[in-house]
Amino acid sequence: MRANVSKYELVTPASLADALKLCAGGHKPFAGGTDLMVLFESGKLPPGRYVSLWGLSELRGITADDAHITLGALTTYSDVRVNAVIAKEHPNLCAAAKETGALAIQNRGTLGGNIANASPAADSPPALLVAGAEIELRSLAGTRWVAYDGFHTGYKQTLMQAGELITRVRIPRASDRVSYYRKVGTRKAQAISKVCVAASAKVKAGVLSDLRIALGSVGPVPLRCKHTEAVLVTRVIDAQAIKEARDAVQKDIAPIDDIRSTREYRLTVAQNLVAELALRFVAS
Amino acid sequence: MIVGTKIPRKEGLQKVTGAARYVDDIVFPDMLHGVTVRSTAPRGKIKAIHFAPSIRWNEFTVITAKDIPGKNYVALITYDQPFLADTVINHPEEPVVLLAHHDKHVLEEARRAVTIEVEALPPVLTIEESLAKTQIVWGQDNSPHENIFKEYTVVKGDVAAAFARQDVSLFEAEYATGAQEQLYIENNGMIATYSAQDGVTVWGSMQCPYYVHKGLLPLFALGDDKVRVIQTETGGGFGGKEEYPTLLAGHAALLAMKAGKPVKMIYDRQEDMAATTKRHPSKTRVKSAVTKDGDLVGLDIDFVIDGGAYNTLSPVVLSRGTIHSAGPYHTPNVRVHSRAVATNSPPHGAFRGFGAPQSIFALERHLDEVARKMALDPVALRKRNFIRQGETTATSQTIREPVDLAAVLDKALAAADYDAKKKRFLAMNPSSVVKRGIGFATFMHGAGFTGSGEKTLASVVGVEALANGHVRVLAASTEIGQGTNTVFAQIVSDTLALPYDMIDVAQPDTRDVPNSGPTVASRTCMVVGKLVQSAAIGLEQTLVNAGDYKHGAGADAFAAACAKYIAKHGSLKCYSQYQQPANVEWDDKKYQGDAYATYAWAAYVAEVSVDMATYEIRCDDFVAAQEIGRVVHPVLAEGQIEGGVAQGIGYAIYEKVVWKEGRMANGQMTNYIMPTSADAPPIRVLFDEQPSPHGPFGAKGIGELPMDGPAPAILNAIAMALDVSPRAIPFLPEDLMALVKK
Amino acid sequence: MIDVKCRLNGKEHTLRGHSMARLLDVIREEAKLTGTKEGCGEGECGACSVLIDGVLVDSCLVPLAQVQGAEITTIEGVAHSKHQKLQQAFIEHGGAQCGICTPGMIIASAALIDRCQGRVPNTAEVREALAGNLCRCTGYMKIIDAVQAAAKP
Ligand SMILES: Cc1cc2nc3c(=O)[nH]c(=O)nc-3n(C[C@H](O)[C@H](O)[C@H](O)COP(=O)(O)OP(=O)(O)OC[C@H]3O[C@@H](n4cnc5c(N)ncnc54)[C@H](O)[C@@H]3O)c2cc1C
Ligand code: FES
Ligand code: FES
Repeated sequence: MRANVSKYELVTPASLADALKLCAGGHKPFAGGTDLMVLFESGKLPPGRYVSLWGLSELRGITADDAHITLGALTTYSDVRVNAVIAKEHPNLCAAAKETGALAIQNRGTLGGNIANASPAADSPPALLVAGAEIELRSLAGTRWVAYDGFHTGYKQTLMQAGELITRVRIPRASDRVSYYRKVGTRKAQAISKVCVAASAKVKAGVLSDLRIALGSVGPVPLRCKHTEAVLVTRVIDAQAIKEARDAVQKDIAPIDDIRSTREYRLTVAQNLVAELALRFVAS
Repeated sequence: MIVGTKIPRKEGLQKVTGAARYVDDIVFPDMLHGVTVRSTAPRGKIKAIHFAPSIRWNEFTVITAKDIPGKNYVALITYDQPFLADTVINHPEEPVVLLAHHDKHVLEEARRAVTIEVEALPPVLTIEESLAKTQIVWGQDNSPHENIFKEYTVVKGDVAAAFARQDVSLFEAEYATGAQEQLYIENNGMIATYSAQDGVTVWGSMQCPYYVHKGLLPLFALGDDKVRVIQTETGGGFGGKEEYPTLLAGHAALLAMKAGKPVKMIYDRQEDMAATTKRHPSKTRVKSAVTKDGDLVGLDIDFVIDGGAYNTLSPVVLSRGTIHSAGPYHTPNVRVHSRAVATNSPPHGAFRGFGAPQSIFALERHLDEVARKMALDPVALRKRNFIRQGETTATSQTIREPVDLAAVLDKALAAADYDAKKKRFLAMNPSSVVKRGIGFATFMHGAGFTGSGEKTLASVVGVEALANGHVRVLAASTEIGQGTNTVFAQIVSDTLALPYDMIDVAQPDTRDVPNSGPTVASRTCMVVGKLVQSAAIGLEQTLVNAGDYKHGAGADAFAAACAKYIAKHGSLKCYSQYQQPANVEWDDKKYQGDAYATYAWAAYVAEVSVDMATYEIRCDDFVAAQEIGRVVHPVLAEGQIEGGVAQGIGYAIYEKVVWKEGRMANGQMTNYIMPTSADAPPIRVLFDEQPSPHGPFGAKGIGELPMDGPAPAILNAIAMALDVSPRAIPFLPEDLMALVKK
Repeated sequence: MIDVKCRLNGKEHTLRGHSMARLLDVIREEAKLTGTKEGCGEGECGACSVLIDGVLVDSCLVPLAQVQGAEITTIEGVAHSKHQKLQQAFIEHGGAQCGICTPGMIIASAALIDRCQGRVPNTAEVREALAGNLCRCTGYMKIIDAVQAAAKP
């Protein structure tokens, strides 16, 4: 333990309203702690005051109406994994949850934390981008919904403003879509992604429409691959299409070398997986 | 007979209930915590040490090299490594300042408030740089040995003549292996106390209490009886707690002496990974001469390991790697030239296998490449060249015991369904994105210390009988998970025909137990176990001689005899010391002779799949067959093999130490990837028994063996699947991509 | 400093500590239950596994303030529960070697067996359930055997 524990305070608010007040006063949000405690342990978490969201029932629960599935910010991966509606309509999100960390992390890590933590290597964001998610942000000043696509504005930067909390995430109801999710880490569990791909589309007679492809770990933020999507829709997926898609991937992403992998590997695998998903979609 | 049965592990109950006490579970009244401040540059001179004024330093115990009462070196093979760097920095994790305080949280802030000002010197960071002598970082004396810790040459037959033969094909390639972190789940830790009367006492996680003992004597300039070392329950070692604990024990004891209070030092994972020893990286160039029928007539091997900044155990690691480099083959002409070189990374050290996994990887990969180039069956090629009884190894050691490695290989191949799978994979692969392969490696592993090592060690073991008839084994050999306590108790139980429950194993404490040698080199069961057995026989003989007991008279008679003897003489102990068997001979100068008293023989088969979209490699199935003399405890023995295989799989395809300026850049469990339960394949373990006269009840050593085979078997399987020649481990998806894209 | 009321291994307890103190440290140092181990402090190894309200967590990642009113089970609590069988199975099948991962393994296994409600989990399920508990000694085979043996009704 490299932190001086006495220089931190974790306050437990009685309600969401209390939490928002504390946040307005400069307390930083603390949910499942699976990102924050790792920083804390290594002495890298700034000392100061934090507000524990964990006990706030207002931020829990998954509900569905005709238009949306809505998830509280404290929804854990374990909650996502067992939700039948999500499994049916947005299997990518379940796949992401299943491949996040291992069970103890899935029991504690939250969707809100994953989004707010804004790691480009996080595994749910590609699935959320593909699902067309929106994020509810709340502060004492009020509540707003923002599209998740565009929420991450730069490395570890988001649209969230000081005093704001992520309170809910919603995704549109979906049907008749094909899905693809693949996380590439160095091992099966407890792995940080080197490349992560989520995609979904409508398929008719071997032709794709409304194709959405999102990637993680290949740029400063999780991102939609709009050039690549454009290349692959409304045409026959032949060798030429795959070749164009591979070139387009190069335009869409900006991978780097780091201690976990290389730029070259990330790019090549991203291209290979885009080819794989396109072929799989049209074959389905 | 208890030997050969699955009797419950001695300390099993404590371990499954959480009652077992590891060093971090122990608390002394008024105990302080200690931390280490380390250099940050890989090489340089210490200009100054700055203590930031933000900290109330008078609350802390502070130690630098100047505070050392005795000699500032870790007494091992040579005396080159300081406990604390004084003026010179030789690697980026070099300890410079020690701090202690009762509040460990405050201590962390203090650690960050110390800055070590270093005038940097250009470092040597790779084997190539060290051999090129771009800088001289060790042993500056204008001799050819600069930067070289140790060098061996082994010669058998006439290699030049073999390579000049008209009827042979020549092959040559270079192979490389990376560093590997032991990654025991319990980090290194020590607690030390000091008093003028008792001297220094340390408790901690370790493999070799007498190494620590030997190291502390000169540090404090104290007599033998004023240093006491006690092993606490140890959460894994694998070699990683062989030499390093001496350094940590010294640090804790220095702080304890100055503070006048007990001091506990427990490394966190990051520090343990970065600062403590890892497996030596290596480069091996193999040249071979092979006849068209597949007779291996010449092997010329150049083997180099990176020892890091200090000598530590590199000469011994090099020795084992050198001797094992020519494999279990009867090649008539062999030359092995080997060197351990200095670089400016933390010293590399002992890790299960001790140099052998490195050189065996090279040879077993090489032989598969030879087979492929000559269109020979790799199985047939091996079988043609296996050593048989009466033939000689690279050190001209005649194998006197019966050996049938071909039978072990057949057993492994049959269990793995090798032939059918190979055929199927070759047929399916061209049309599949996921390519599958199956490969194997055959090898031997010498048990006990190399050459004259056991003779020099001259280990001693005792057994003590108590008045109630219980027998205690007195040995410094540690239980680190491998089952020492259980195996010793089994041996004594059967030797004395007494119930297993009457046999205890004393906690290794240098005050109470003799020096049975270090817990390394697969020697505990075979070499020390044999001593335990002879000490037990001696103890029984004492009672028989006293006229009070007859072998096999039963527990009650034994207890009565013990009680009577102890009443009369005060205690009943018997010791036994190692004697070199008459026919074991070794020439240290020529590196020829009986390198090991006996060997275990093995054939491992790995099945892999490779996803060509992501280059992900998985080991899907594993068969480990070996001849190990006698299986003393089937569950423990299988457990040893399975655990070693999993480490070997990590070594082959997961575990990569990323180096930046001589330091480990990925020193967290999240970035240094060992296999989880979801990654490890099913491992099937098969034993053959060919009892050896050198071990108790015929047992040989098995602890290190399973580390040797997985890497070459897996890489051979990858080579088969993709028709490529991977020559370096760890072999990660990135490396595979680079290889197939070339 | 805060006082946290909770149930620890079935008994009412008041745990005193900093609000951000790791549950792991509080269990080991305040409650003096040292069966729960630290292997990494970063959620990777699972040596610190405990159950909070029956749910598997890494206690190195849980701050004290978040266990107010919770029911915590550590390895010391297993001996007196229906999962005592697991401990026996670990001994018999060789699931514990050096033993440092064992408390965490047994806790994670107990959580799995609870989830299975009387069904014996298949090998793949056991492998998944224990993937957050690293063991460097066993290669996992004997641990899997032990869990499946203990899961048999
Ligand atoms: C061993 C291990 C394995 C992991 N594996 C994966 C993996 O495979 N894939 C992956 O994506 N992640 C992984 N993670 C990271 C982590 O578990 C996830 O990012 C998790 O979702 C974070 O959620 P949390 O509630 O624990 O966040 P916390 O740690 O509580 O918070 C994370 C950040 O989000 C902020 N925050 C939290 N909730 C809110 C909110 N409602 N509103 C505003 N800000 C908020 C916090 O201030 C903080 O900055 C792993 C972590 C560990 C320790
Ligand atoms: S110590 Fe908590 S997961 Fe390793
Ligand atoms: S038994 Fe040693 S780490 Fe699992």
